[in-house]
Amino acid sequence: MGFVSRAFKGRPRDQPRDARVPPGQYLVRDFPVLSAGPTPHTPLAEWSFSIDGEVDAEKHWTWEELRALPSETVTRDIHCVTKWSKLDTIWEGVSVDTLLEGVETAADYVMAVCDGGYTTNLPLEDLTGGKAWIAHAFDGQPLESQHGGPGRLLVPHLYFWKSAKWIRGLRLMNDDSPGFWETYGYHMYGDPWLEQRYSGD
Amino acid sequence: MAGTALQRRLTWRVAEVVDLGDETPRVRSLVLSVPGWPGHLAGQHVDVRLTADDGYQAERSYSIASAPAAGERLTLTVERLADGEVSPYLAGELRAGDKLELRGPIGGYFVWDIAIGGPLLLVAGGSGICPLMAMLRLRQAAGSDIPTRLLYSSRSLEEVIYRNELDRLVATGTALDVRLTLTRDQPERWAGYHRRIDTDMLTEVAWAPNERPLTFVCGPTPLVESVAESLVNLGHEPTRIKTERFGPTGG
Repeated sequence: MGFVSRAFKGRPRDQPRDARVPPGQYLVRDFPVLSAGPTPHTPLAEWSFSIDGEVDAEKHWTWEELRALPSETVTRDIHCVTKWSKLDTIWEGVSVDTLLEGVETAADYVMAVCDGGYTTNLPLEDLTGGKAWIAHAFDGQPLESQHGGPGRLLVPHLYFWKSAKWIRGLRLMNDDSPGFWETYGYHMYGDPWLEQRYSGD
Repeated sequence: MAGTALQRRLTWRVAEVVDLGDETPRVRSLVLSVPGWPGHLAGQHVDVRLTADDGYQAERSYSIASAPAAGERLTLTVERLADGEVSPYLAGELRAGDKLELRGPIGGYFVWDIAIGGPLLLVAGGSGICPLMAMLRLRQAAGSDIPTRLLYSSRSLEEVIYRNELDRLVATGTALDVRLTLTRDQPERWAGYHRRIDTDMLTEVAWAPNERPLTFVCGPTPLVESVAESLVNLGHEPTRIKTERFGPTGG
């Protein structure tokens, strides 16, 4: 280090919660909204979810079929690259493990594909083993469209841009490839504890 | 949605405050000298990092309000938030000659350049004007006549950021139209809008959808959500509407 901002004090910092806040982040109580364009509104009757790409056989679900799968309720801390973190957020969703059951693939990476053209890339192993969900409810209520409803990817151990809103599918890939924000210089992986915000971090 | 890849590593740089000026009672602009600044596009932002003497750090993002230009100067415009951690320091404590750490430029989607063209529709709420001002300043500096309309929502005339400069841009520029709406307090005999931006207002101010404007919306989430939704409902192409948020969250 070495650099000190003259007369900067900052918030009191002896709270035990701080151990749950990654470097460079601060806590919020509200739920900020960030997106690059208008919120899409795909009618549920036209909504579908796909697993495709480098797979032996594609899988597809309608909204009703997805909602008929077992859901889990999980409580997690979330961390946005724009610096806010929110603790103990409560989600309901279908585990990605459930969706990948029976899928044969040699792929190591996944592109999350969304309404509105948004994409984000992740290693497949970050979506398996109880680490990721297709979330359809937040705080006990159906997920609002501005927060990514009807369904968003939830991968809380990575910066929240990886938890793609308005998700419509997972495209399995043999090689990593940048998604939307990653193309604009955001980190390919995005571990908040390593402060991997931008390319090269 | 392909963009220009940013592969350069974003290193922290020490910037020096060379000038400060109040834009409104709660908003201050900082002119910074940033040695080695690589340049930016209108609409991009920087991350600012403050460090206390015990090593504690706080980071926030701020839009760059100055036009891209050769050299090492850039301007940030900061709204002082009552319960903020960083903004009261930047817009209250900092003096000329002080230094702060920043890195950037960041973001490549919410950006505009002369070559991208228009017509341009810019919609701002409060301090959401800042990245749009970089676009207007660029347009002016380039002597551009790209047809441009700004619809800017503010609580009162006193809280309109860059008010005099906007007047100047309209007076001296070409094909620029600026419309204000004052949602809380209006001066006597105010002839402009005095309500939140709604579909009727956008119908009056925005380009017709068949003119295919490129739209940038920046402000608090409720404004951004409602403006983007209204524009889509009016028939504007969703992919030509780019959004950025400023909210009470941020500090």
